[in-house]
Amino acid sequence: MTTSIVRAAVFSAAIAAFAAPAPGQTLLNVSYDPTRELYQDLNAAFVKYWKGKTGQAVTIRQSHGGSGAQARAVIDGLEADVVTLALAYDIDAIAQSGLTSTAWQKRFPQNSAPYTSTIVFLVRKGNPKGIKDWGDLSNPGLQIITPNPKTSGGARWNYLAAWGYALRQFGGDDKARQFVADLYKKVPVLDSGARASTMTFLRRQIGDVLIAWENEAHLALEESPNQLEIVVPSISILAEPPVAIVDKVVDRKGTRAIAEAYLQYLYSTEGQEIAAKHHYRPRDQAIAAKFAASFAKVKLFTVDEAFGGWQTAQKTHFADGAMFDRLYRLVAR
Amino acid sequence: MSLQVRRRVLPGFGLTMGITLLYLSLIVLIPLATLPARSFTMSWQAFRDTVTDPRVVASYRLSLGASLAAAAVNAVFGGVVAWVLARYAFPGRRVVDALIDLPFALPTAVAGIVLTTLYAPGGWLGKPLAQYGVTVAFTPLGVTVALIFIGLPFVVRTLQPVIEDLDPEVEEAATSLGASRTGVLLRVILPNLLPAWLTGFALAFARALGEYGSVVFISGNMPMRTEISPLLIVTKLEQYDYAGATAIAIVMLALSFCLLLCINGLQTWARRRVAP
Repeated sequence: MTTSIVRAAVFSAAIAAFAAPAPGQTLLNVSYDPTRELYQDLNAAFVKYWKGKTGQAVTIRQSHGGSGAQARAVIDGLEADVVTLALAYDIDAIAQSGLTSTAWQKRFPQNSAPYTSTIVFLVRKGNPKGIKDWGDLSNPGLQIITPNPKTSGGARWNYLAAWGYALRQFGGDDKARQFVADLYKKVPVLDSGARASTMTFLRRQIGDVLIAWENEAHLALEESPNQLEIVVPSISILAEPPVAIVDKVVDRKGTRAIAEAYLQYLYSTEGQEIAAKHHYRPRDQAIAAKFAASFAKVKLFTVDEAFGGWQTAQKTHFADGAMFDRLYRLVAR
Repeated sequence: MSLQVRRRVLPGFGLTMGITLLYLSLIVLIPLATLPARSFTMSWQAFRDTVTDPRVVASYRLSLGASLAAAAVNAVFGGVVAWVLARYAFPGRRVVDALIDLPFALPTAVAGIVLTTLYAPGGWLGKPLAQYGVTVAFTPLGVTVALIFIGLPFVVRTLQPVIEDLDPEVEEAATSLGASRTGVLLRVILPNLLPAWLTGFALAFARALGEYGSVVFISGNMPMRTEISPLLIVTKLEQYDYAGATAIAIVMLALSFCLLLCINGLQTWARRRVAP
């Protein structure tokens, strides 16, 4: 099956190379929730860049929602030329449905993740509970806010960050399980998505710490600078929101060349700068150096290093009856 | 006269029945039929394990319990509201009447967010309630509150026209024949209202069972305690476990179908008592 897809891809790439693309192309970028503003800026910049380079007008439409729900929409027929989601697991699902190559992650540099983020803490102004690092989350009497990893892709990064820290700090799965179980025992509300958790913490003033993506934390801070502080732990996970081309769609629409250029553009100097302005960590070293002041230094580990990739992480931690469910049986007791 | 074919207002029984069947198939039957088709990809053992998982069973209990409680509360208070709207003229009646429909129109997520903010421990209603030791948000009680909100119009809108059609003269006649006020209520008014009341109850209940958007915000989604069945369906979908999701959906569907069938049976019985 894979070979037939590859053959189809090669074949249609050949056609695309010969056939002049029709004027006025439209691309659909299916993305997850918090990237709305990022892609508004990126799209405007790319449209200008593409016009200057080829003289061709391109319209880029965006669709946002929960990462998993977006992936399902694409599998069920939403005509996405490119997907830019929160985790590789969701693009893997698209690939498994046959819409794109299962080797999608090798097609673009850096695991097909043009920008990264990490998991940090948001605390109340003045940090009244004195939270400095993951270890402080075990302090008694603390309330922690994080969404449900079973329904939220973003929350899975939070969980894995905590687990990865404990693994390094205490060594061994038993200790890590204890730490993460203790952490979730302090969670009074498991919201279904990251934005809902932010609202619980910010608007309803529930909890002492919000575990959040760095870019989301910065957005929240910009909104209410007098109420919040960001605390960056000593070590955290490298969140790599990946991008991919949906082969079946671009081949049918004849948009492969432009879709590829679009995703490549995310790695360009302009693309990286826009990402950095929206609080995503750029991959480009030069741009990273330029924005060094806005990103705290933190030791980062990847899902591949600590958990052997997303498929394994999903199976051991988030599948039904896997680690998270078992932890909750401990928590409920 | 007996030979004369009965004339119907709308001509063509064949045509209208055909349209009915086609319409029902397209809108209801075919989508529902794909449910079992999808879950048939799993073995009987896997199906049973999925739908009898303690967490899933806890969610049926919450979903059914909260939906029944919400429908019961709405039946009582929605009944009062319908009575007031139908029987009394007061300033602002039209405004109140229009308010009833708002839960229909409001996106349920908005309702959920608003209710959660109100009932959260620091919210306008949550704070005073907390002093009496009552927590609403993130408890089964909160789930019920959200379901009451979305179910209200169903009871009011089914009862209101029936109350409007009740002739007050019948009540007066009963009184003049010596019936007490409770006698009139129990033997004249209630029997006439009962079928519509049950319909309203059934509609509110069915709506509550399937509700997702408003509940996920106020429930807190704690495993074993405040997870509703639709949330577990979404949880399965998030893992691309379509079969598992449809398995839970089928159980929900079967449960609600049985309950609705019972309510319909009650209704037929009530109607027969009114019109011999």
